[in-house]
Amino acid sequence: MIRSEILREIAPILRDQLVVCNIGLPSQELHMIDDQPSNFYMLGTMGLSSSIGLGLALSQPKTVISIDGDGSVLTNLGTLPTIANNVADNYILLIIDNGSYGSTGDQPTYAGKKTKLEAVATACGCENVVTCQDVDTGRVLQAAIDSKQMTVIVSKCDSGNIKLPVITMDPVVIRDRFMNAVAS
Amino acid sequence: MDISKKIVDDLVANDVSFITTVPCKQLAGVIEEVEARPEIFHIPSNKEDEGMGLCAGAFMGGKRPAIIMQNTAIGVTINTLATLTQYYRMPLPMLISYRGELREPVACQVEMAVHTKALLNQLNIPTYHFHKESDVDELDAILKYTFMCNKPVAILTDASFWGGYGDQ
Repeated sequence: MIRSEILREIAPILRDQLVVCNIGLPSQELHMIDDQPSNFYMLGTMGLSSSIGLGLALSQPKTVISIDGDGSVLTNLGTLPTIANNVADNYILLIIDNGSYGSTGDQPTYAGKKTKLEAVATACGCENVVTCQDVDTGRVLQAAIDSKQMTVIVSKCDSGNIKLPVITMDPVVIRDRFMNAVAS
Repeated sequence: MDISKKIVDDLVANDVSFITTVPCKQLAGVIEEVEARPEIFHIPSNKEDEGMGLCAGAFMGGKRPAIIMQNTAIGVTINTLATLTQYYRMPLPMLISYRGELREPVACQVEMAVHTKALLNQLNIPTYHFHKESDVDELDAILKYTFMCNKPVAILTDASFWGGYGDQ
């Protein structure tokens, strides 16, 4: 499976949660598959999906899922110790690990080579780190939500993209409707 | 007057309850005070752009955030300030130690000091410079202004404000 196929499969699970979605193709795909006010689309700032999601989870009680990529986690690797040391049991970091920088033309990341993000997360002190295959992502994600324990999921999938339009929604509109969904 | 206590009193009085910090020798007293207050969730970050991401999430979760950092961090966070904090129009008070100003003992700090105000100006970030101890009296108004206009706002605090570095 490629990332967009995973997103399509887990969309029914995501719909009921607060989702912070990574810049570029992941946000564009989620926006096309199932646009929801409870989705916060990042239009810039590569690497901060996990940080925004953690800050949100620590500030209110609803479950927050940060959808991130292996390349984006590598660009903000300092996020993993911060997550590990500030446990929010309503927080799930879902790393869709296709071993490549999808939005920029599928250049390989180090996570597609020798670096294992699940081992990095564990070494940083994250307590519930689950590695799964693409087809199992929905089951693992639902189990993480039900567990009510902070979980880092590394979902291994194939590299590849679909053609789709950019998000033209105004950022303040994205933010405003998201905040209304958070507060509702 | 205990400046660190006064600063954190103003933050608490303005309902700032989520603060991320990257340490600086000048800010050690403030960070200690932040850590000690039960009204504040203190979350140290490893890099300032990560901290601004945390603050963006906290704001959307209904908390008033702030970041405490060195001016060298302006060089690290320009993309985040432009494409996250400003683009989505979020408030962020930035309490910044202005290293490289008068009484600075470390020459390299001057190299970022000479760019600090120019970069903030280029970003159209409202900037206040605390040089004398009494300048802290404006902090309460600056915080109210920040959350009124939903912008990042910089408060530069130099060595003279903090009473120098002690014996050099």
